[in-house]
Amino acid sequence: MGGNRVYLKGNEALAYGALEAGLNAYFAYPITPSSEIPETLAKEFGNKKYPEYKFFLQAASELEAINMVIGAASGGARAMTATSSPGFSLKQEGLSYAACMELPLLVVDVCRAGPGLGNLGPEQGDYFQGTKGGGHGNYRLIVLAPATVQEMALLPRLGFDLAFKYRNPTLILSDAFTGQLKEDVEFPEFTPEHYDVSGWATTGAKGRSPHVLNSLELDYQKHFKHIGRMYEKYKRAQENEVRFEDYHTEDAETVIVAFGIASRIVKGAVNRLRSKGTRVGLFRPITLWPFPQTHLRTLASRGKRFLVVELNTGQMLEDVKLAVGDGVTVDFLGKWGGVVPTEAEIVNKVRRLEVVAV
Amino acid sequence: MTQVTYTVKLGKLSSLTNVPTHYCAGCEHGILTRLIAAAIDDLGVREKTVMIDSVGCSVLAYNYFNCDHIVAAHGRAPAVAAGLKRVHPELMIFSVQGDGDAASIGLLELIYAAKRSTPITVFLMNNAIYGMTGGQMAPTTLEGQVTTTTPFGRDVHLTGTELDASKLVAAIDGAAYVKRVSLAVQEISSQRGKVYTIKNILDAKKSIENAFKVQALGGFAFVEVLGTCSINWKMPILEAKSFVNEKMVKKFPVGLYKDTFGVEKQ
Repeated sequence: MGGNRVYLKGNEALAYGALEAGLNAYFAYPITPSSEIPETLAKEFGNKKYPEYKFFLQAASELEAINMVIGAASGGARAMTATSSPGFSLKQEGLSYAACMELPLLVVDVCRAGPGLGNLGPEQGDYFQGTKGGGHGNYRLIVLAPATVQEMALLPRLGFDLAFKYRNPTLILSDAFTGQLKEDVEFPEFTPEHYDVSGWATTGAKGRSPHVLNSLELDYQKHFKHIGRMYEKYKRAQENEVRFEDYHTEDAETVIVAFGIASRIVKGAVNRLRSKGTRVGLFRPITLWPFPQTHLRTLASRGKRFLVVELNTGQMLEDVKLAVGDGVTVDFLGKWGGVVPTEAEIVNKVRRLEVVAV
Repeated sequence: MTQVTYTVKLGKLSSLTNVPTHYCAGCEHGILTRLIAAAIDDLGVREKTVMIDSVGCSVLAYNYFNCDHIVAAHGRAPAVAAGLKRVHPELMIFSVQGDGDAASIGLLELIYAAKRSTPITVFLMNNAIYGMTGGQMAPTTLEGQVTTTTPFGRDVHLTGTELDASKLVAAIDGAAYVKRVSLAVQEISSQRGKVYTIKNILDAKKSIENAFKVQALGGFAFVEVLGTCSINWKMPILEAKSFVNEKMVKKFPVGLYKDTFGVEKQ
């Protein structure tokens, strides 16, 4: 693509974004509403424009796909899989192993309504599963939330970068709406950062001692130390990798916190309210983990009240409450099951909050 | 009578570390470890070999094989192997899996690795039981066999009959080499009392080598190894060896099930 402006679906943009980010291998199982990702990557396989793109395979199951990604990532490759919510549940086993083995890999969840089969509508109900670990044991994923098709195109770059920098799985948590939405996107020239994998990748023990990628440690003290080291790494990520968008929060009395597709509806509502003189702003976390905790705390210390808008029953809400602490008003507007709030609903909610405050 | 000459390498193998194995007395895992390492040495491929360790008694194999390792989740070794092989086709990749790992929880991964002719080598240790977890029923547990979860003997009407992994894999188009061997020493008749032969073990070494050669030729290779678990079978070691050679082989006949490239003839 390189610099051209193109009109793409979110899922297509993500696939091209991954290719531009130096994708080596893709393994996945089809699931709506994420299937344009494997479809695009199948179509582009063999395209000389992407010489680094070495392998595409439709796996027989979500489990097989994530374990193939684990195998490819063990060899130091830039490997990715994409899925949607029911499939993301099945990925958790692999992600728990990959985190403990400190493997850099990229997973995309184009979130749809749950639980169970739910439906194909947009939801953000996988926030907990994405940001709290999801699988068994103590670990975190780095979680990035795109709000536009442009971000679908660019976040794979950051996703692979953070995965290799921290040797940890990264999740791009999108949703059915952003995945299916068509918008103009640009792919600025990009050269993927080179990460030296020769110290750990399993490429054959030639002239060196063997590399063992393993999550098993029967010595409790050693395992205690290993997980401790992982959490030191996570602490560094918390200090250095927080990303968010701040929209008119400076003079705002009410700050609406929303991520992904919800934040776009909120932005419309903020514009409408501000045109009528209401001092309201949007705070949009781009990294859902590490969560922009200190930035929200700073806003809270300036006496602002908060409204969290999500396409779920209140998941990020808990992190916002933790961040701002006691004595701060945190209200919630949620829609779930594939239902999306309208701008008007958000506008009315903010107006009611203002009345209560007066 | 034809004379067969076997060469057995004694002493240190470069594909093995100096760590003593944790395998129980009488267990064939130790023999399999030695045979695989000898095959890797003889083929001169140690430096490009990656072992995928599975969940079961062989999970600690990374302590014993002097090569790179990835320790997979339960049953997923062939998928991990396939993922690595696709980005590093120059590597020699093999897994050692138990009957529970490969023929129960990881059956899909095994079948699809074979189905796609993934150039990897899978060794399945069939000892008719879940050894590491303390002797529960395996897909290969014989009808009537007592395990901790079949205390009155395996009821095949409830649990199905014994799963024949070699037959199953051989039926898959993509599998290029399928062989079942026994690593249990065999009693032979002799005038001098009880005598045991290790001919089957020496033959198995050849099959293991072939399984690596098939991978190098671009095929999926599968070797099922019959072995004992005298601890969980609650049998003296030699009695357990006889159980393999008399009872297990009836359900799981040893021999060549498939050889697409004809490596056995070479």
